[in-house]
Amino acid sequence: MINSKTTHTLSVYVSNKPGVLARIAQTFSRRGYNVESLVVSPAIDGNFSRMTIGVSGATEGLDQIIKQVSKLIDVLHCSDHTFDDAVTKEMGLVKIAVGSEGRGEALQIAEHFGCKAVDLTEKSIMLQVVGDPDKIDALMGMLQKFKIIEIVRTGKVVMSRGIETT
Amino acid sequence: MEKITMDGGQAIMKSLEAEGVEYIFGYSGGSVIPIFDAMMTTNTNIKFVLVRHEQGAAHMADGYARATGKPAVVLVTSGPGATNVITGIMTAHMDSVPMICLTGQSVSWMIGKDAFQEADIFDISMPVVKHSYLLSSPNDIPRTIREAFHIATTGRPGPVLIDVPKDMSAGPMTGDLHAEMDIPGYQTHENGEINAEHISDIAEALSTSKKPLFLVGHGVMISGAQDAMREFAEKLNVPVTTTLLGKGAFPETHELSLGWLGMHGSAYANKAICDCDLLVNIGSRFDDRILGDPSKFCKQAKIIHVDIDPSEIGKMIQPDIHCIGDALKVINALMPHVSELNTTEWLRKLDGWKEKFPFKFKRQGELKMQHVIDEFYKLSEGNAVVVTDVGQHQMWAGQFYKTDHANNFLSSGGAGTMGFGLPAAIGAQFGRPDDLVICFCGDGGFQMTLFELATAAIHKLPIKIVVLNNHYLGMVRQWQELFYEDRTHGVDLEGNPDFVKLAESYGIKGFNLRRSGDVRRIINAALDYNEGPCLINCECEKTDNVFPMIPAGKPIEDMLIEAPKPHVKLEKPTGST
Ligand SMILES: Cc1ncc(C[n+]2csc(CCOP(=O)(O)OP(=O)(O)O)c2C)c(N)n1
Repeated sequence: MINSKTTHTLSVYVSNKPGVLARIAQTFSRRGYNVESLVVSPAIDGNFSRMTIGVSGATEGLDQIIKQVSKLIDVLHCSDHTFDDAVTKEMGLVKIAVGSEGRGEALQIAEHFGCKAVDLTEKSIMLQVVGDPDKIDALMGMLQKFKIIEIVRTGKVVMSRGIETT
Repeated sequence: MEKITMDGGQAIMKSLEAEGVEYIFGYSGGSVIPIFDAMMTTNTNIKFVLVRHEQGAAHMADGYARATGKPAVVLVTSGPGATNVITGIMTAHMDSVPMICLTGQSVSWMIGKDAFQEADIFDISMPVVKHSYLLSSPNDIPRTIREAFHIATTGRPGPVLIDVPKDMSAGPMTGDLHAEMDIPGYQTHENGEINAEHISDIAEALSTSKKPLFLVGHGVMISGAQDAMREFAEKLNVPVTTTLLGKGAFPETHELSLGWLGMHGSAYANKAICDCDLLVNIGSRFDDRILGDPSKFCKQAKIIHVDIDPSEIGKMIQPDIHCIGDALKVINALMPHVSELNTTEWLRKLDGWKEKFPFKFKRQGELKMQHVIDEFYKLSEGNAVVVTDVGQHQMWAGQFYKTDHANNFLSSGGAGTMGFGLPAAIGAQFGRPDDLVICFCGDGGFQMTLFELATAAIHKLPIKIVVLNNHYLGMVRQWQELFYEDRTHGVDLEGNPDFVKLAESYGIKGFNLRRSGDVRRIINAALDYNEGPCLINCECEKTDNVFPMIPAGKPIEDMLIEAPKPHVKLEKPTGST
């Protein structure tokens, strides 16, 4: 489970060139940092992409690795948003095994977390949740009382508040 | 836009010519035949040197670049040709040497399908290049080559690899030969403003220091700042030590010079590190060979780090003050803010150490490597380009061949690549045809790339190839003797060939040097020989050890200035290699 205390959220703006992801991944893995989540999407200008990377590892030393990532030719900039108040969101899908008996309670929990039931069968419910990673963790905790069949999370995306770009 | 019809290979040659390339070092093969053909069908002044192994090509381009400051090109075929250059690329990368490496690749529609001689060199090389490309259209060739040279030679230099699928070099090129670069993410910190606040902080720190010390690295020579560095040190009257790769960034015969520091550097430079109150590092990356134990390094002093690469600041040592920028620009920015310091007492103390702990050896008895190197230094009046291999002889070459000029001491420092010496010397001699090139090798390292004797012979390069032959992998044997209770294993080079006969079989003049009494005579004869390369096989004392020595991972204070007494048991080193 992602623990936001030791996981850093980095935003990396890159040229859309082959190999750029491998170079970034290599920089982290060589120094013992584990990439926990990764979201890549095209920027407004299609020549560039925005990556949001969740990495876990020692906070001390991370600054230096950010500098190493920034140094890569295809990286325009890399910044750590762990400790600023940028907006961080993630989406998760969770499928639980529940028949008519527990369904009411499951939907109640879902409603509390603002989830949508996106698939419903005799024996299962699939819920969609959007929010900051802590909220998703909390939902998953509450659903432990049911039999969770599977969970998929997108990994977080981050955007700075205000007029500035991330 | 200039539109010409040519094939990709021809576009490569034209683009290389536009970059002012003088030499291509390489080896052919199926996937690069179109490029070799383009050498014949385009009219350029670029000279091609056929090597005997691709590793040799990479070290030649490396030696050429270290000796001249200009990049050369490596051209090899796909698969094994490409993987054979990895050691050479890594060696250049570790020491920030510019290089352009063109590797052939299978045709693009076969990539990833285990085509004949396909190796995924783009990914294999990724951790050891400054940048790399896999061409996907012949029209991208001019832009890619322009970017590659720009990236390789600016900021902190390094190798750039371009993987060229055969259909890229054989296919038609209809793009613009003068295409613009497109690398928005590349910042060199070369032309950036030097932070004025950092400059005044450094000047302030210098003005209040009683025992200042400059630590100067390879970066100063890359920036061409050696003259400014000298002026700067002289103006301030501050002593200077260099790294091994920094030899030549400040004249070693200068009265302010403490020579080079680190594991086998001078005792007085290492002692100065432990005693200074301000250490100003310009253009060195605080390599572990000079730190010993990083957590105990230079604790008593304020530390300043000047580097062009922001990611070096705080990587090994957290400085009190740092400044990012090109060494020459930083020194020039500092110059008007500093004035002579009263360092008389400090310099007197250092002079005392210089007198008390000089590098030394015995000229009598069995032949010593130090003796051979020292005599070469004297007889060549310190004016040679010295190229070393890796091992004990490398350290002694550093100690006894003093370097007064930039780019005159070429050695694989960061990588410690055995086999570097001979091919790098060949590259250096191609780049500096009028200068004396002396190559000091161990018998181990020499045998890793000795096939390049053919290349030296064919081109009649007047290199002095000095094989300092102790019949051992001497440096490893020294560690086993000192730290592993003399359990020598895997270091006896039994089976060495007769190096003189070997040289002669390539048509190279050979000399044997066996006795200390003959050193001067034989070296004079070798220096007088000018019809091509010559090899001097020096039968040296087998079990000599290099001192001073800071055991790897130990604090500098634990330096062994000379051999420990026989009964002294030393702990196994905790630092890397
Ligand atoms: C390619 C490579 N393999 C192994 C080593 C490890 N190594 C460092 S020094 C050394 C011994 C070198 O022996 P030699 O070339 O005879 O020189 P000497 O130390 O005797 O002067 C070895 C094996 C290395 N540096 N490079």
